[in-house]
Amino acid sequence: MADRYEIRFSGSGGQGMILAGIIMAEAASIFGDKNAAQSQSYGPESRGGASRAEVIIADAGVDIDYPKATAIDCMLALTQTACTSYYSDVKKDGILLIDEDEVTDIPEGDFKVVKYPILRAAREDIGKSIVGNIISLGMITELTGIVSREEMENAVLSRVPKPFLELNKSALTLGFEKASALKKEL
Amino acid sequence: MAAKKKLMQGNEACAEGALYAGCKFYAGYPITPSTEVAEIMSVELPKRGGKFIQMEDEIASMAATIGGSLAGLKSLTATSGPGFSLKQEALGYACLTEVPCVVINVMRGGPSTGYPTGPSQSDIMQAKWGTHGDHPAIALTPAYVQEILDETVRAFNLSEKYRTPVVVLYDEIVGHMREPITIPEPGDLEVIDRAKPDCDPEDYKPYDDKHLIAPLAPFGEGYRFHVTGLNHKEDGFPTNDSEMIDINNRRIMQKIDDNIDDICKNDESNLEDAEIGIFAVGSTSRSAKFSVNAARKKSIKAGLLRPLTIWPFPDKAVGELAEKCKVIIVPELNLGQMVNEVKRVAAGRCEVVGIHRVDGEPIKPAQITELIEKYS
Repeated sequence: MADRYEIRFSGSGGQGMILAGIIMAEAASIFGDKNAAQSQSYGPESRGGASRAEVIIADAGVDIDYPKATAIDCMLALTQTACTSYYSDVKKDGILLIDEDEVTDIPEGDFKVVKYPILRAAREDIGKSIVGNIISLGMITELTGIVSREEMENAVLSRVPKPFLELNKSALTLGFEKASALKKEL
Repeated sequence: MAAKKKLMQGNEACAEGALYAGCKFYAGYPITPSTEVAEIMSVELPKRGGKFIQMEDEIASMAATIGGSLAGLKSLTATSGPGFSLKQEALGYACLTEVPCVVINVMRGGPSTGYPTGPSQSDIMQAKWGTHGDHPAIALTPAYVQEILDETVRAFNLSEKYRTPVVVLYDEIVGHMREPITIPEPGDLEVIDRAKPDCDPEDYKPYDDKHLIAPLAPFGEGYRFHVTGLNHKEDGFPTNDSEMIDINNRRIMQKIDDNIDDICKNDESNLEDAEIGIFAVGSTSRSAKFSVNAARKKSIKAGLLRPLTIWPFPDKAVGELAEKCKVIIVPELNLGQMVNEVKRVAAGRCEVVGIHRVDGEPIKPAQITELIEKYS
């Protein structure tokens, strides 16, 4: 791993982008043995409006000084606005994961684009659109390998209220599996 | 180690630090981006025999914080720019009446209501000169989540030790970001409690000028005394005696000036052979450290002076930096506050240039790197 590995989660307020960032940081630094820094940027509204969270991951003992993204290894975009506003920091050969129903104007660049109807799958396959962020975490885990499936699962389950454990576990597993298939096409 | 490691937000770490230091009273009025401090204190204080009160505004919050402290409890309030403005009058009252308390200011964009969710470092001067009159000012500037916890404990220690308010200043980025930190066990960090009088209550003088810092009796333990924002005598009652006014006004400054080395604290990186110095606090110092590391990889002799105490200003450390460097770069999220202090201390011994940003975005390492390379 290089000195820093950068992940950005972007969408609109209420889609759980900041929670996704927190879970990724915990998977890496609490359930894994890496260092992590998670930050966010959002407007005054709690629903709607652009929302983004960033996680910088480094090996244990490596200081993460600048806590924001500089050259992104993997970015998630759940809305067109978020994609258009934030994709330009994705680095060469980095991964841009988009919701293919929401993001129709796909930016061009020297990064790899992974498309999947994340929110539709949350709604139709899992039955709750709210788990779109968890499906995304499963996909990013699989696409990047920056944390293990086990570390991610532990992190997700530690953040989820008991009645929703199975729901989130299904969402995460769906993410792992879909990304595993899509990865082969990269 | 894994057992005690926790991913924590800056504001959560602040509350943890306050509780570790023995804070038992919080009065505040919630405001973004500091609200999490109040939220956590409202849950935790009642469990630990403490009191939390949400007041009607920030003026009342500051007054209540002072009251809590006079009753003997370590007291805290947290706010952001607009609230910090409202607290100023009572903050000056705490300076003159020598009441220990800690004020957290999580800086957001200003002036006025400004940009609530955007980072800023534009209250640096307000932390020193926000309240009127000559008065002592101690302000701490942590930049990492672990450091917020540690420095909040230090803020209480300095406040109790020197009987004066201490401000902890950090920007929205550091307040809202999360990092894995280790919660200290009791005994890991020093905790200082205020000195109490051991004399007969009849003989107690709360502003006894035989002491640089007189012991402070908590109300309710038999010591009766007067507290006023008017210049006062040793017993606390107002006075027009010019000699007494002079002694007290000088003493409250002297207790800080005589202890600069105990109060000032800096983190230095790559300064030994530095030719290009950077002076930065908070999230901006993190961008600066990133740039310094990048410069060193290119064999450019850059180094970072990162003060953890911004007030009193680190004149000694900045003076040493001015002696050895050809330039000091001062990146800050305002239009020029610390840079003028650095110029004052450098006094022409080296060039001093600022990088300023007020668009709600952090200063990017690339901006600092560009300037470092220009001077290399």
